Amino acid sequence: VIPTWAQLGYLAAAVCFIVALKGLSSPRTARRGNLIGAAGAVLAVGIVFLASDLDYLLPIGVALAAGTVIGVLAAYRVRMTQMPQLVALFNGVGGGAAAIVALVELHRIEAVGNAPIVDLIAAAFTIMVGAISFTGSVVTFLKLQEWMTTRPVTFAGYPILYGMGLLAALGFAVVLVWFPSMFLGFLLAVIGAGLGVLLVLPVGGADVPIVISLLNAFTGLTVAASGYVLENPLLLVAGTLVGAAGTLLTKLMAQAMGRSLFATLFGALRGGSTLGGTATSDRSVRSSAPADVAILLAYAQRVIIVPGYGLAVAQAQHTLRQLVDVLLERGTRVDYAIHPVAGRMPGHMNVLLAEAQVPYEQLKEMAEINTDFKQTDVVLVVGANDVVNPAAETSPGAPIYGMPILHANQARQVVFMKRSMRPGFAGIENELLYEPQTTLLFGDAKDTMAKLLAAVKAL
Amino acid sequence: MSDPLVWLTIFVLSVFVGVEVISKVSTTLHTPLMSGANAIHGVILVGAILVAGEADSTGVLALALAAVVLAAINMAGGFVVTDRMLVMFSGRRKRIPAATRPELDA
Repeated sequence: VIPTWAQLGYLAAAVCFIVALKGLSSPRTARRGNLIGAAGAVLAVGIVFLASDLDYLLPIGVALAAGTVIGVLAAYRVRMTQMPQLVALFNGVGGGAAAIVALVELHRIEAVGNAPIVDLIAAAFTIMVGAISFTGSVVTFLKLQEWMTTRPVTFAGYPILYGMGLLAALGFAVVLVWFPSMFLGFLLAVIGAGLGVLLVLPVGGADVPIVISLLNAFTGLTVAASGYVLENPLLLVAGTLVGAAGTLLTKLMAQAMGRSLFATLFGALRGGSTLGGTATSDRSVRSSAPADVAILLAYAQRVIIVPGYGLAVAQAQHTLRQLVDVLLERGTRVDYAIHPVAGRMPGHMNVLLAEAQVPYEQLKEMAEINTDFKQTDVVLVVGANDVVNPAAETSPGAPIYGMPILHANQARQVVFMKRSMRPGFAGIENELLYEPQTTLLFGDAKDTMAKLLAAVKAL
Repeated sequence: MSDPLVWLTIFVLSVFVGVEVISKVSTTLHTPLMSGANAIHGVILVGAILVAGEADSTGVLALALAAVVLAAINMAGGFVVTDRMLVMFSGRRKRIPAATRPELDA
């Protein structure tokens, strides 16, 4: 039983979390919101130590300190380009923790002999979904880190295997509710782990962030279910908040990609993603030197920059900002066109450019700037590919078909800064590269950008 | 009201609050919001500490402590990385599209 003052403390922490989410949805209050959330979390952990009669305080303290140090170090060390996969990992370990808590609770129930049926259902749910969230997040990590292919992975028997996995999981869950045992719980966790891997495999690289958001909502729901089993109202409220907010956020992200969540998850199974990658590469493209592009830029009236993940990977965003400053001084109008999923996550590019101190007002969202491309002299595409690929509008078979794109193809000149002819994250050929108005500038983005900057300055 | 009904009430109300508070988020903030929400579910740490403190055998204790470590990583790391992202946004915000999401031409 939780004492009254502790209940009130938990209530305060729950309010903190609500205020945190509210704050996080507006740029002005976002940072304060996050800090309030952190304060709520610290409060909750303080209360659980003071209000509960706990054994093993020392080992728990050590484990708590170890986890905190690992988490904080990882969060400080990570480069902003790799931040999406870190968020995926953090989400995965949270799901794993929830699954373990439910397993331990199952062990206690086993010892007591009986428990209300709702408790057992909630425990089974937590174990299964927590395990899905854990392995699913690990696979998204591997995809984003490019330690495995970023293309959708499917195989012939996929739907059958998936269906059988789901049936087996449901079957085990039912048996678990009738005969609660930790061993059955472990088996359920193993099946859940397999389902998690299967869930993420057919998702293509560019869609992976949506899956992270979905798994984030899953983890929230497991925390809510744990709250019910442990009779802790804070866990119920916090978990439900994240589950609900995460589900809505997933929907918003899928909308930004121009398709339903179902199509995002299972679209590859309809055999649409075989396009590209194999053909072409012997077609001719027009490439030129930094000096030529410098002239193009220096005498343009209107320039739009389309930044992509490759820009940030090459750490060229600071040099790019200097180049834009020089162009602005010359009287050129320059804006950045930010695709909703530029980078590896919605909003990721804003974070990456903010890191390079690009003024917020130069960043234009897609809807704001997409009609301007017609009147634009030069579009400079740096390290981006899929977000300007006309295939999204013209080839119904392409994995990115239906995704809204930036209409760079409508500008008078398009300059692509690329390392190589390798296709983008979605793994498909970009027709725009072969268009007559397109010029390619090969090389490492940072290097080439520095040469470009020097050439423009020299004019 | 019976106990399970109280819990159900809390659950349903929380769903509405969760949807309502973030319904006006701008695309710019999708990433930090996801990361912040991710940190909040790290509060499973409270549950992990509770079950660790009531462990009845070494094996169970080890399992529960593993959950404590994982949950602490989730919570501490989540809030710190979110703050790192948001620091970069602060300072220069002339134009604040707080309640705008782009109308997408699909």
